[in-house]
Amino acid sequence: MKKDIVIIGGGPAGLSAAVAAHEQGITDILILERENALGGILNQCIHNGFGLHVFKEELTGPEYAQRYIDKIAELKIAAKLGTMVIDITRDLRVIALNETDGVLDIQAKAVVLAMGCRERPRGALNIPGYRPAGVFSAGTAQKYVNIDGYLPGREIVILGSGDIGLIMARRMTLEGAHVKMVCEILPYSGGLKRNIVQCLDDYGIPLRLSHTVTKIHGRERVEGVTVARVDANLKPIATSEEYVTCDTLMLSVGLIPENELSRKAGVALNPTTQGPLVNSHLETSIPGVFACGNVLHVHDLVDYVSEEAALAGKFAADHVKNKDTFGSGIAVSCGTGVRYTVPTTIIPDFNERTTTIRFRVDNVYHNHFVSVFFGGDRMYHKQKRILTPGEMEQVLLPKQWFANQPDTKTIRVMLEEE
Amino acid sequence: MMHDAIIIGAGVIGANIARELARYQLDIIVLEKNLDVCEGASKANSGIVHSGYDAKPGSLKAKYNIRGNKMMAALCAELAVSFRQNGSLVVAFDAEEAIRLETLLDQGVQNGVEGLRIIDGETARLQEPNLSQNVTAALWAPTGGIVDPFQLTLAAAEVADLNGVAFHFGTAVTAISCTNGVFNVETSKGHYAARIVVNAAGVHADDLNNRLSSHKYQITPRKGEYCLFDKQIGGLVTSTIFQLPSAMGKGVLVTPTAEGNLLIGPNSVFVDDKSDTSTTEAGIRFVIDKAKQSVDNLPMPYVITAFAGLRATEKHEDFVIGEAEDVPGFFNALGIESPGLTAAPAIAQDMAGWIAAKLDAVPKPHYDGRRNRQPSFESLSVEMKQAMFQKDKNYGRIICRCELVTLAEILDCIRRPLGARTVDGVKRRTRAGSGRCQGGFCSPRIIEILARELGKDLREIVKASEKSAYLIGLDKDLL
Ligand SMILES: Cc1cc2nc3c(=O)[nH]c(=O)nc-3n(C[C@H](O)[C@H](O)[C@H](O)COP(=O)(O)OP(=O)(O)OC[C@H]3O[C@@H](n4cnc5c(N)ncnc54)[C@H](O)[C@@H]3O)c2cc1C
Ligand SMILES: Cc1cc2nc3c(=O)[nH]c(=O)nc-3n(C[C@H](O)[C@H](O)[C@H](O)COP(=O)(O)OP(=O)(O)OC[C@H]3O[C@@H](n4cnc5c(N)ncnc54)[C@H](O)[C@@H]3O)c2cc1C
Repeated sequence: MKKDIVIIGGGPAGLSAAVAAHEQGITDILILERENALGGILNQCIHNGFGLHVFKEELTGPEYAQRYIDKIAELKIAAKLGTMVIDITRDLRVIALNETDGVLDIQAKAVVLAMGCRERPRGALNIPGYRPAGVFSAGTAQKYVNIDGYLPGREIVILGSGDIGLIMARRMTLEGAHVKMVCEILPYSGGLKRNIVQCLDDYGIPLRLSHTVTKIHGRERVEGVTVARVDANLKPIATSEEYVTCDTLMLSVGLIPENELSRKAGVALNPTTQGPLVNSHLETSIPGVFACGNVLHVHDLVDYVSEEAALAGKFAADHVKNKDTFGSGIAVSCGTGVRYTVPTTIIPDFNERTTTIRFRVDNVYHNHFVSVFFGGDRMYHKQKRILTPGEMEQVLLPKQWFANQPDTKTIRVMLEEE
Repeated sequence: MMHDAIIIGAGVIGANIARELARYQLDIIVLEKNLDVCEGASKANSGIVHSGYDAKPGSLKAKYNIRGNKMMAALCAELAVSFRQNGSLVVAFDAEEAIRLETLLDQGVQNGVEGLRIIDGETARLQEPNLSQNVTAALWAPTGGIVDPFQLTLAAAEVADLNGVAFHFGTAVTAISCTNGVFNVETSKGHYAARIVVNAAGVHADDLNNRLSSHKYQITPRKGEYCLFDKQIGGLVTSTIFQLPSAMGKGVLVTPTAEGNLLIGPNSVFVDDKSDTSTTEAGIRFVIDKAKQSVDNLPMPYVITAFAGLRATEKHEDFVIGEAEDVPGFFNALGIESPGLTAAPAIAQDMAGWIAAKLDAVPKPHYDGRRNRQPSFESLSVEMKQAMFQKDKNYGRIICRCELVTLAEILDCIRRPLGARTVDGVKRRTRAGSGRCQGGFCSPRIIEILARELGKDLREIVKASEKSAYLIGLDKDLL
């Protein structure tokens, strides 16, 4: 089979990329999605808070996804559900598997990676103790509760205050379970401020900052956990250990972009994000392979996923139409306080009004300035009341800057105190 | 009802004795307190087929190690069990340790280990580029290997079952007595009687023996903890890297597993509790520190799980194998700590031979020792995958994304002889849930499939033991 564009993953990223590619006149598109429905992780996010940027209204996850699914139907973009991609090659052959076709072997002109991310498991933390039933990653628990209608536990301790952990604290409470506490090893939460207020504070659930779980008790089912305060080096303080009875430990300890396929294809990855290295066209180290959404870097707001993915879809379409703008890119580097940037190279493109750099900071900063340097010239300098690792930041670079500074070789994003 | 023989314990030892005894026209049952085979030490070990330089010359450990090692390749082929002869390296870090390599080599030669050779650090690093720069010399043992311990146990049990041995799970032996040559075995599920009893009860084998025999044994469990790494870095080493053995065991190793992960461990700590398989902060830290001495570039973020197993260390530190002198008909396989996995085929062969002789047993004409098992779908070429799909559409549905396990394989592992009844059972048979996400993705699906296949409610599906259900009720049940 031959296709102009194959999109791997039918979550918000894949859907938005498909719509954008179609808008560029490419209609021979195929979305491959391993679940039996489009929409990705949004299908289990039944809370609201989605769409404030893109649709200027508050939607639930499934409502947000539905807007794109409707669009896909309207544009008659093909999607194969229950179809898992198992291999991508360097020359853009995509191998997938489903119950109707068996093995699908598709030659694409462009591929968009939109596989989302997965949760870090317990093993990655090495929490000592037994290995009983009752230890769930928060997203898995969310699936049980919101999709299957089953309750995974009565008395819950949540480790990790990322957004999924916070959302699940509220969900479990609403479903009748007792959430005893949310422990966070860092001195600050990795989640959105609004989620801390709406999911914990409003329900009187304590958030224990600088606390972690040091042991899991119970041979068959979780019977309790030991919780301890950690010192400045994140090492547990033995004297602060406390036993908390519970039958469930929920882990919300980070998301990892799901790049096994990208790796197989030979796509170069960024060790910090564990997502592909991309240029400002969201093109990876393999020409014709684009990436967007959580597979590229973990986003907190789906609106930005859609925005980013639309760009990936557009550039994938350009690639099919041989409209690539070649030329050496400008390297983007991380200065003080910046953990990573997407993209890591910018190809000045005078068709776009602005170029977006998304990044995350490495700590909590108050009243710092975000600065962008073109070579030695500071082009952007803006004070932010607060910057936290939990919230993705972005700066928009207008095309005039590139026009005015045609000799720029490097762009640096950094935080400054003044 | 009177059985010819009762085997207590369905670990690698009990299962292989059952397989060997199934060759004869005998009525054999296996009593296992857990809900599946391979729930004891056989599921939590290094999976090494030791070459045999390590055991004390003249010991039963030495004898059965060497014989078991020689039997392993053929047995694994017959049982379709993953096995690879990858060779072992024992590394030395200074001149004094290098001398101890010589001693080890001599001991190995005495035990009858073939092909042992001492190589210098440079040569060792050519063979294993990630070996630490501090390694000055190494003992190369080409007959060392790696085996999948779950499969070795499961496959043996399956062949036994297919050839007429009955397995009774969830059946804990609580008392045992012998009158007039008949053994009366009380269990959590009622009374059994037999002419022969085989004690293959792992860390609990001393309790059973001591109820019957005046020759008392004492097993103190000795814990070993491990970290398992993502398959992505399974190739960090190709052979098994040992440090020099000490009084407390073979030392921390770094090895690929038969299924392609990387494994480091174990430590060695005596514990009081025969069910204490918890991991500890100190234990895991020790294992990591030690492993980092052997290899450079140990990528800690790729750890996917940690676990611990208990060695059945008898105070005389050798295997106890054979009929108890003062209790005719009572056969012990006791104190089977490392190299028990390696030795299992040989121990089973002898035990079955003695028992068959004692019962004047006649071989079955139609015994079939082969296990029929498809290679994993993941390992097949695209063409073969399509061919499998043409036969069964369920190969088109991936259930475990990390190990690419299909619905067809999950259904097969539930429906085949001694099929899986628990989520861990599915995991050990198919590897679904043993990859990098550790079941985050597939466990809800597997629970659903198990419930459907077994005609149960989702809430009744357990991880391993009766009280290990995942789901406690429906949403809002507690309101
Ligand atoms: C609990 C939770 C709460 C959230 N709350 C909010 C919120 O309040 N507001 C907000 O704006 N955002 C929220 N988000 C974030 C938002 O849901 C994500 O940013 C968004 O879903 C990411 O989109 P994606 O398409 O990149 O990934 P996903 O939604 O994960 O989609 C990826 C898709 O790819 C498919 N796939 C993966 N691998 C393959 C393969 N090999 N073959 C075929 N298909 C494959 C997957 O099945 C999936 O459908 C939340 C997320 C979670 C988990
Ligand atoms: C940390 C560690 C590392 C090891 N590494 C290696 C290695 O690399 N190579 C090697 O060759 N060997 C190794 N070994 C040794 C090997 O794992 C064991 O020798 C082997 O698994 C023992 O098998 P078993 O069947 O005797 O015991 P188990 O597997 O423990 O089986 C005993 C069974 O008996 C059952 N049982 C007990 N009491 C009762 C009762 N009353 N009623 C009913 N059932 C009962 C238990 O539930 C259990 O299933 C290692 C062991 C450990 C712990």
